[in-house]
Amino acid sequence: MPAMAKRAATSAGVGSPRRSLAAARPRYGERLIKLLLGACAAFSVAVTGGIVLSLLSGTVEFLQAVPIGDFLLGTEWAPSFADPRFGVLPIVVGTLNIVFWSLVVAVPVGLASAIYLSEYAPRRVRRAVKPMLEILEGIPTVAIGLWALVFLRPLAEDVFPFLPWTTPTSVGVAGVAVGLLIVPLVASVSDDAMRAVPAGLREGAYALGAGKMRVSLRVVFPAAISGVVAAIVLAVSRAIGETMVVLMAAGARPSITVDPTQSVQTMTAYIGQTATGDIATGTVDYYTIFAVGGLLFLLTLGMNMLAIRLVRRFREVYE
Amino acid sequence: MVTQQPPRTARARLAVAGARAATRSTFGKRPRTSAIAEVLFPAVLLLGLGFAIAGLASMIVWMVVEGAARLDLGLFTNPPSRLNPDQAGYRPAILGTLYVIGGVIVLIVPLGVGAAVYLEEYADTSRWFNRMFELNIQNLAGVPSIVFGILGLAFIARGPLRLGFVAAAGSITLAMLVLPTVIIAAREAIRAVPSSIREGSLALGATQWQTIWRQVLPASLSGVITGVILAVARAIGEAAPLLMVGATFFVTRDPHFFEGSYTTLPTQIYTWARQPQEELRVLAAAGILVMLALVLAMNSFAIWLRNRYEQRW
Repeated sequence: MPAMAKRAATSAGVGSPRRSLAAARPRYGERLIKLLLGACAAFSVAVTGGIVLSLLSGTVEFLQAVPIGDFLLGTEWAPSFADPRFGVLPIVVGTLNIVFWSLVVAVPVGLASAIYLSEYAPRRVRRAVKPMLEILEGIPTVAIGLWALVFLRPLAEDVFPFLPWTTPTSVGVAGVAVGLLIVPLVASVSDDAMRAVPAGLREGAYALGAGKMRVSLRVVFPAAISGVVAAIVLAVSRAIGETMVVLMAAGARPSITVDPTQSVQTMTAYIGQTATGDIATGTVDYYTIFAVGGLLFLLTLGMNMLAIRLVRRFREVYE
Repeated sequence: MVTQQPPRTARARLAVAGARAATRSTFGKRPRTSAIAEVLFPAVLLLGLGFAIAGLASMIVWMVVEGAARLDLGLFTNPPSRLNPDQAGYRPAILGTLYVIGGVIVLIVPLGVGAAVYLEEYADTSRWFNRMFELNIQNLAGVPSIVFGILGLAFIARGPLRLGFVAAAGSITLAMLVLPTVIIAAREAIRAVPSSIREGSLALGATQWQTIWRQVLPASLSGVITGVILAVARAIGEAAPLLMVGATFFVTRDPHFFEGSYTTLPTQIYTWARQPQEELRVLAAAGILVMLALVLAMNSFAIWLRNRYEQRW
């Protein structure tokens, strides 16, 4: 064996010695650049680390003052009262209310837009409508909040006069406004998923005599289902995290209710409202922000991981 | 001659029934309901799309109607005032936004493009940490903006960096918030550059960095700029994280970057919108018009840039 290897080595070396393809001298500059660029990429990990660290340390401080059972299962939320209550359920229910009403708007409108854009729309219409949805996505949420508070809320009272409107803010109106905000997200993610369905599937169905509606609903939609679900999961995560619209239009009264005309407080609105005032470091009040923020972070993180997995699945199948 | 009956097994019976049903449904008369549904269905879809666009249109029209009364020069040059809202303006808020956004641009362009270049050109995806970078960026893009506000409060305004509630703290907080947007957009632009260009450059003896700096980045420039503009437009309109790093002060003097209190357009609008007086709401709507014009102009420019310079290789 060693003899054979030796012979192979000598036969490769016959003639002029071959030049190595590696760089003649080490390129320290290139290595330094790679290191710097890697540091840029690592910075985003540091940001996540900073988020987790700050939420965790604040939550630990909070849990030393309030038992975790009282926090997660309590039904009274009044952290800054003289006799403070730290039951988080009312603001969680407030958030879920917003999510519900926003999905009532965003799922049908977003999916209808997506099916229309991917299956029906002529190219010219598509090119006109897509930027409009992108503009809607780019509108600052403060603007949507003010619109919901001053325009949409009186409009809702005119359209549904039989409902018991009592407060200037309402969870139903805020939810609808948040829904409008996430329509572009639902539409664009599910449109991408539907366009990724290979044309062969559609053509096969047309060849069997199916109409356009049948192809859209029975062939394209099921084939794109993981992308559609991902779109809805992302929309839920976005609705949970939306702050300005609910802060302005949903009110600030923590309550467990299913009435769309009532005002509620959401997790994000609590954080935004409490931190806006002059809040002293080291009080339980201050650490409550971190505990609620931690809960919010865990909820949206779970949703996002799920969505990433779903999107990856439809990419793997068709691309 | 006797035709041989096929054996009537359960399987054969099923097959015959299936064939008969298929023949009937293909060649038989179409039920009328499906013809109506085929027409109604796109109408329903258009209704959905129309709802979204009507919402957008009503929002913009309402803002213009509401805020037009206060759309004058004083809106840009006067400081805010609670006592005479007819004269109040957004001067410190506009300056504050300019400072904050300037800081954001300085931070996100090198960090975002650097990270994108690393992930697309250098990263070996078989290494666990490179896969972690990627997953981390995707997740970071979905973290609610208010959580970045908590980070800004605990780490930048107070805590380790201890900058205080100044414009620089707002800048860093917003930069971290929009960084994933820039990275994702820049990566897509870099990925769209065909590998033959890189190989050609490397074959001519250029080093990897020379290839990236002289070939890959110029070729992907329009996509990268589009991503940066979209991220900056988002940062201009973002209010929630700034609430937590001090941008809600009532500021009448021009702000500074590293010292003194500051405010920005969206947070000033929020402050006005919370007041019960009608005039202050009009002022808020006028402020939104200013911000909306800025954001929409940037978004439209970015979309135009993308469509104009989108290269097909």
